[in-house]
Amino acid sequence: MATLSEEVDMLRKIPLFAGIDPGKLKLLAFASDRKTYKSGQDLFKQGDPGDAAYVIVDGSADVIIDTDAGEVVVAEVGSNEFIGEISILCEVPRTATVRSSSDNLETLKIKKEHFVGLITQVPDLGVEVMRELASRLSKTTAELGEARRELSNAKTC
Amino acid sequence: MERNLLKYVWKHSRPDQLWMLVVILASMPTYFLSLELPKRIVNDPIQGNGFENPGDTGQFLQFYMPFGESLFGEPVMLFQGFEMERVGYLLALSFSFLALVMANGLFKLYINTYKGRMGERILRRLRYELFDRVMRYPLSRFRRTKPSEIASMIKDEVEPMGEFIGDAFTQPLFLGGQALVALLFIMLQNFWLGIVTLIVVLFQAWLIPILRRRLIELGKQRQIAARRLAGRLGEIVEGIQEAHTNDTTNLERAEMSNILGRLFFIRFELFQRKFSVKFINNLLIQFLAFFFYAVGGYLAITGRLDIGQLIGVIVAYKDLPAPVRGLIDHDQKRLTVEVRYGQIIEQFTADELKDSALQKTPDGKVSAISKGYEVSKLGVVDDTGSKLLENVSADIGVDERVAIVGNFSSGADVFVGVLGNVIPSTSGKVLLDDIQIETQPEYITGRRLSYIDGSTFFPQGTILEILTYVLKNQPVREAERDTEEQKKYAFEKVEQKRSANYHLDFEADWIDYERLGLGDQEELTERIREVLTEVDMESDVRALGLRGTLDPDVYPELANAILEARSRFRARLQELGFDEFVEPFDPATYNNQSSIGENLLFGTATDKSFEADNLADNEIVLSVLKESQLDDDLYQMGIEVAHTTVELFGDLDPDNPFFDQLTYMDPDELPEYKTILASISNKSKEEISKKDKKMIMKLPLAYVEEQNRLGLLTDDMKNRLLEARNNLREKLLALPDSPIAFYEPDTYNSAASLQENVLLGRVSASVAEGNERVSLAIRELLNEMNLTDDVFRIGLTFNVGSGGKRLSEIQRQKLHLARALLKQPDILIVNQGLNNLGAREQGEIINMILEKSRTEGVAPKGVIWAPISPSFSELFDRVIVLNDGEIVADASPEELRNTSSVYQELLA
Repeated sequence: MATLSEEVDMLRKIPLFAGIDPGKLKLLAFASDRKTYKSGQDLFKQGDPGDAAYVIVDGSADVIIDTDAGEVVVAEVGSNEFIGEISILCEVPRTATVRSSSDNLETLKIKKEHFVGLITQVPDLGVEVMRELASRLSKTTAELGEARRELSNAKTC
Repeated sequence: MERNLLKYVWKHSRPDQLWMLVVILASMPTYFLSLELPKRIVNDPIQGNGFENPGDTGQFLQFYMPFGESLFGEPVMLFQGFEMERVGYLLALSFSFLALVMANGLFKLYINTYKGRMGERILRRLRYELFDRVMRYPLSRFRRTKPSEIASMIKDEVEPMGEFIGDAFTQPLFLGGQALVALLFIMLQNFWLGIVTLIVVLFQAWLIPILRRRLIELGKQRQIAARRLAGRLGEIVEGIQEAHTNDTTNLERAEMSNILGRLFFIRFELFQRKFSVKFINNLLIQFLAFFFYAVGGYLAITGRLDIGQLIGVIVAYKDLPAPVRGLIDHDQKRLTVEVRYGQIIEQFTADELKDSALQKTPDGKVSAISKGYEVSKLGVVDDTGSKLLENVSADIGVDERVAIVGNFSSGADVFVGVLGNVIPSTSGKVLLDDIQIETQPEYITGRRLSYIDGSTFFPQGTILEILTYVLKNQPVREAERDTEEQKKYAFEKVEQKRSANYHLDFEADWIDYERLGLGDQEELTERIREVLTEVDMESDVRALGLRGTLDPDVYPELANAILEARSRFRARLQELGFDEFVEPFDPATYNNQSSIGENLLFGTATDKSFEADNLADNEIVLSVLKESQLDDDLYQMGIEVAHTTVELFGDLDPDNPFFDQLTYMDPDELPEYKTILASISNKSKEEISKKDKKMIMKLPLAYVEEQNRLGLLTDDMKNRLLEARNNLREKLLALPDSPIAFYEPDTYNSAASLQENVLLGRVSASVAEGNERVSLAIRELLNEMNLTDDVFRIGLTFNVGSGGKRLSEIQRQKLHLARALLKQPDILIVNQGLNNLGAREQGEIINMILEKSRTEGVAPKGVIWAPISPSFSELFDRVIVLNDGEIVADASPEELRNTSSVYQELLA
């Protein structure tokens, strides 16, 4: 089992945490829970209130969205990825289900109050989170523009 | 009740008091003689009166008639006596004196025991009568009376009466007799000395009561103040949460100080007065002493009184103050106690009591309710005079299902309360089977009706006791007693009768299985399970059972079955996929999911000194650690943990959420650790204080490597910890009473819960939903092994705690409903009794009960319900709508939906 310092190294590999003081990362690692999941077990379900974010330590998981046509896998996440943070930052329900796709998915579960607590303590992290969210927004906006264009193209055809 | 205490005592103990009188009178002559003898001894054999010549003899036991000379002109000898020599005569007199003293003592012993018992009997009778009154108070009375005041009156205030009652008549007789004898004796020696004594005593008797008038008043005030203290104390403790949530603890302190202050000044004045009365008393008595020495001495010198007489007078005088003071004290006590008694009786007679006939046990079977309610022109007015119900008329048959609805102030709840016989009607008629409900005996209303409201109070007891409480209306089967107990019980019965206490046997079996159509306890448990399933509480009880403990000596079979479940569960771990995260307690391996301390103990502490917090300075544990050379390692580890923790948390606010991950340290102690680390940085382990060492050692003992992940525990240390574990075990097992119930793979651990006993291991915290999955698997296993029944039964023995507070509000309301159903009433009346439950669950339960009621031959026949939400009334056959204390509609819900605007509004 990994020790705290190994977990700190791992957290550092995540872009969001890369610039944070190691002491604070250690605190975050200390405060987070190690949780392992079997294949098929849900980390969280779409529509649930968000109470924690997860860092994937080892293994992979599917991001699944419920549609009228049933469940659709929209993405796969793997080691060193940080998931579930939107819901805890914006207080919205989970926008997707995350389900373990490997036999032994290892995660670090960071509770909402700890993550938010860290942001208030470390302004750099706040800026980092803002930058990450902004870049996602611009990406989503670009994709939306693309989708609209395709839609209007489809209509005119 | 008798308003005068002395009359009360006399009424209930006349023969005893008369017998006491006889015994006391019989004891008087010996008392007189014990005064007479010393005079005779000094005068005759010692000083030599009548022994002037050698060979003179004295007449032992020669007895003249008292006052014989003045009556008949010459001494009348009643008994010739025995002729004796001087020394023989001395010895005979001395031995007689000894015998008299003995006889006196024995008389006293007998009298004291007798009157003590008499007092206790009357005290018991009095307390019982007061309690009987509490049982017969109208319910409305309890809105104005604080429970702790009643407790204070019955328990504390009557207590001093017990002592007094025994003395009530005997003490003044005994003391008065003694005083009279002493006085008589003095008079016989010298008439004038006697007269003076008499005058002084009479003066006392006149003066003291005058001085005491204020004392009576103060006594009354003291009693009221003390009762208020008890009442407020009870109230404050009951509402303690309010004091905290409103920051009014200081207001409560101020009020308490105020009450205590009042009590202080009353008591202080009381003492002052008491002691001044005592002072005057003593002064008068001492005046007599002065008088005897001066005048008596003068008379003796001038030869008008012989020395023996003077000594006799002085001895008598010495004995006189005691009875006189005793009499005065007794009178004082009588006053206080009579005041107290009067006060209490006033409190207990102020109300109209229920006729005791209503609470009698019935002869034969209680017949079922056949007709139901006829309510006509019912009106209810509350204490303040406002009208709650007016002109309410409705007939409700025994087999109807009626919802009574209305908005908040409609009076619907009052109406249901009247039907349940807990709110008295002010006017009109409420007939239950043609008899006004208040005059129906309680064996009808209490057994054939079930009434519950939203209250969730339960006395301390097990779930089973709470449920069966409603079935215990009268003893059904005699208690089983062996001959020894039989004898004791026979004796107790005699005593019961003597103090007019109730004659039903508390120890008997009160549960009437037959009435419920059940054969025995087994079937009752089955019925209880059905009822609890109906109110959706059966699984709660089973969960409580899993969390409960059991004594393997009482339930050997179940304990064995649990052991069997344990081995099966272990075998199954792998097939369930739990083998990776359930770590069983194995004496030979280190358990990574437990702290170092838990690994050392490897069991459940049954002694406080072995609980987690106290391990760090437990001598036995420390010595074991030393033997395995673990003390230094753990100490170093403690410093390391402290360093890391201070580094991680040192600059955080104490309320920072990160602190809840800190499992091995109390966040408040962090600053203390900072100081300790700074002070010990260059000291060796031997140099630091014991307290600091304990603080440091606490950390590793609470440390769980798997959870805290500081990477401090090496395999070598684990091995040494295992060695220490074995050493500790050997040491503790050598003690007469081991402070630890050890985890042993094939023994039941009576200190651990049922579930822990099946698991006998720890679930890794790192597995998502690990605990839930394991408990589910355990429940399934127990189900397969048919142990659910037993777990349920253990759950029934769960103690609900004071006021039932160990259960949730919801569970308590369900339990209330469950026992109302268990009673199998003809009519079930629920007055918003499930208001803590969610709407869906309430609806389900109402539906289930209505379903039962519609089934032929299943209790309850009728249901009257004031649901918390009017929408539930749709489930009933009939709805009565109240508005402003009057019935505005009464029909089936379908009809009302179309016709009644009030009902439509309620549903909206």
